[in-house]
Amino acid sequence: MSHQIDIEKVRADFPILSRKVNGHPLVYFDNAATSQTPKVVIDAIVEYYEQYNANIHRGVHSLSQEATDAYEQARETLRAHFNAAKKEEIIFTSGTTHGINLVANGFASQLKAGDEVIVSALEHHSNIVPWQMLCEKTGAQLKVIPMTNSGELAMDAFHELLSDKTKLVFVNHVSNALGTINPIETIISEAHKKGAAVLIDGAQAAPHIKADVQALDVDFYVVSGHKMCGPTGVGVLYGKEEWLIKLPPYQGGGEMIDQVTFEKTTYAGLPHKFEAGTPNICGGIAFGKAIEYLNGLGFENIAAYEHELLTYATEQLLAVGDVMIYGTSSEKTAVISFNIEGIHPYDIGTIIDKLGIAVRTGHHCAQPIMDYYKIPGTVRASFSFYNTKEEIDAFVQAVKRAKIMLS
Amino acid sequence: MSNIKEIQEEIVDEFAMFDDWMQRYEYMIELGKSLPLIDEQYKTDENIIKGCQSKVWVHADMEDGKVVFTADSDAIITKGIIAILVRAFSNQEPKAILDANTDFIDEIGLKEHLSPTRANGLVSMIKQLKMYALAYQTKVQ
Repeated sequence: MSHQIDIEKVRADFPILSRKVNGHPLVYFDNAATSQTPKVVIDAIVEYYEQYNANIHRGVHSLSQEATDAYEQARETLRAHFNAAKKEEIIFTSGTTHGINLVANGFASQLKAGDEVIVSALEHHSNIVPWQMLCEKTGAQLKVIPMTNSGELAMDAFHELLSDKTKLVFVNHVSNALGTINPIETIISEAHKKGAAVLIDGAQAAPHIKADVQALDVDFYVVSGHKMCGPTGVGVLYGKEEWLIKLPPYQGGGEMIDQVTFEKTTYAGLPHKFEAGTPNICGGIAFGKAIEYLNGLGFENIAAYEHELLTYATEQLLAVGDVMIYGTSSEKTAVISFNIEGIHPYDIGTIIDKLGIAVRTGHHCAQPIMDYYKIPGTVRASFSFYNTKEEIDAFVQAVKRAKIMLS
Repeated sequence: MSNIKEIQEEIVDEFAMFDDWMQRYEYMIELGKSLPLIDEQYKTDENIIKGCQSKVWVHADMEDGKVVFTADSDAIITKGIIAILVRAFSNQEPKAILDANTDFIDEIGLKEHLSPTRANGLVSMIKQLKMYALAYQTKVQ
């Protein structure tokens, strides 16, 4: 795979990349937690507050109209990006967690005791806990697709778990802790054969892989803006129209109503039914800009370049010695979750931070995965298209120093 | 036996010998190795200090009117931090522990660890040591 990423030009788009941390040039390898923000997105935020900050929809004045147009344009950008059939199927949320909770809450009215829902062992806590709560509420049973030693889903077990009782399946597209890309095409089509709906948590995939929701035939796909070079506090839930009509609203309030009397309230149509209250207007607009920016680079270029970084980093890191990498699937995004024999991940993270390197340490909100490997956590380095091989060299040097200090 | 203030000054003097953070951290790791280790029977979930990414266990005993701390951690830097605290606060009377301030942490160049949001839980450790002191003081009265 070849790419057309002009790395110097790309890095110049991100003001934060030129700062220093603890006296060293910042090496930002915590992209799976949150991505950095390009100048065009920062400019969009500033422009919004300087030029047309106003509440949207229903306003008769010009400013409100401008803000509404920009916000709805962002929705259209997101629709086109995910290839949703209709704009009404794109619901703005505060992020992936909000999107999952919205769907889980809606399904409380669709499930009964005896029904089964399937989740995977590779999930983030935010794609486990809402479903546990849903099962407690409805009496449905939660089944778990186990994982294998390489950090992949045990698909044989998945087929065995599927039955006529299965009503819902939720799996992440990419594991946040390990980077494994899950075979969601198969999961979706197999679940559909049993009449079950499927929610895919796309938070970790969306920055690297462009999902086509119609081609996938997925029922729900959720993402966060801040992992895609957008701001925090905004995300998108894609839902098939038929499902969004069927599910009850999540929160009551302004924007989501049609008629209100004390006797009876009727709800607004899609997408407003699920968008109670004043939304994150600026965030939505900036998210749209971020999507335009990423598409300007091209997702094929991004994936090819990041794959190069992953291969290089894996080789260099393994050469340090005593390194255990968790998640060794051939299908993974640019994430390396690792430990050094006999050293606590927290110690490594602390030392390399002193050298300007930002990684994440801990259980990555995926304790079941850590329990599987019987480890307290890992060091996770996650790369983005604005990272370089030179940064990987600095990171590997820092890990070597940490290893010497801590052994 | 020196009082808490004197021990803290001693620690500050030791750390002042180092020029950079690496030497300070290396020394802290050394101190971790000299930590009076907690008896295995007290390494229970109840004795784990919450708020740390690594596990930290602390146990306290009362000997001749003084609180004696033992501790351990699965991370070596955290072990160094708790070792510094144990050295400063162990073998002291409950009231002295409760009255002691912790400005010396700042002076030895570990200020960054004092932030309550920092995942290592230094603040929780100090709180826990003081909780033990408070419990023993209440018992004595």
